[in-house]
Amino acid sequence: MAEWLLDIVLVIALLVTAGSVLWSRDLFRAVVFFIAFGLLMALAWVRLHAPDVALAEAAIGAGLTGVLLLDAARHLSNRKSGRKNRGGGQS
Amino acid sequence: MNRVLRTSLVASACLAFVAGLAFVIREISATATPVDLPARLAENLGRSGVENPVTAVLLNFRSYDTLLEIGVLVIAGIAGISVARTSSLEDPELRTSDELLYALQRWLIPLMLLLAGYLLWAGSDRPGGAFQAGAVLAASGILMRLGGIPMDFLRPGLMLRLGLSLGFAVFLLVAVASALHGGEFLAYPPELAKTLIVVIETVLTLSIAMVLLALFVSAPVNDAEEPEEGGSG
Repeated sequence: MAEWLLDIVLVIALLVTAGSVLWSRDLFRAVVFFIAFGLLMALAWVRLHAPDVALAEAAIGAGLTGVLLLDAARHLSNRKSGRKNRGGGQS
Repeated sequence: MNRVLRTSLVASACLAFVAGLAFVIREISATATPVDLPARLAENLGRSGVENPVTAVLLNFRSYDTLLEIGVLVIAGIAGISVARTSSLEDPELRTSDELLYALQRWLIPLMLLLAGYLLWAGSDRPGGAFQAGAVLAASGILMRLGGIPMDFLRPGLMLRLGLSLGFAVFLLVAVASALHGGEFLAYPPELAKTLIVVIETVLTLSIAMVLLALFVSAPVNDAEEPEEGGSG
């Protein structure tokens, strides 16, 4: 019973974080949710008895991709604010 | 209106994809699996040279896939480096003097290097392996980079090229050598399997870490400094 509960909570949390990534307006917030999604996904892989995939997901999916995305988001926000200040920005 | 149309278009495309997936899954589950793969794997595990079934599949039974994966990674790394403006590597502005980060590094980096080594070694009989170890190694490299430790080997040059291609080259060399030796392409001689797998995993770890680290380091560093981009931002 407890395991079922854990799985259901995990699935709900995965769906919520995935939705937050897709629908968040702020890029930085989306990236943070993406990292949280990656960590939860690693937990899900553990629950599916795939510890190898869980390790790879935590290290690459949440860690390195998160760093790269954070870097990219910062560049995009720099670019966007520069464009906005010149009055040409749409978004 | 346009937005609603676009959303519904994307939603219907997603629904169609999900429906297709469900159909395919149903089709696959309807036909009985021709061979019991886990049982066959368990039977042949003794010949693979390692005790962890995942490693056995990745580096012995289906090592061709892993070889191609490494090739893709190396190409991605080369592409990432080639679009970079590498002059930023020598940028003294980059060297943060964050004392907290520096203090943290002194504790974390040795632990992470140890963890990478453990993951690499553990891959032979429990979860772990080259990809995970390489990712941890790359992460410790990123931490060092953020702390402003100069990493001259990442500058385009012999070291970088050697590091990027080492894993793929050694893997390919073993494959060709085993083919020339009279066996199949990538079929290791059973008595050497363990040694070969450990050697390949080690060089793969180095190469994977190098590719991931190079991708991070070669990302453009300070766009805001550019006059045409964010001069006022």
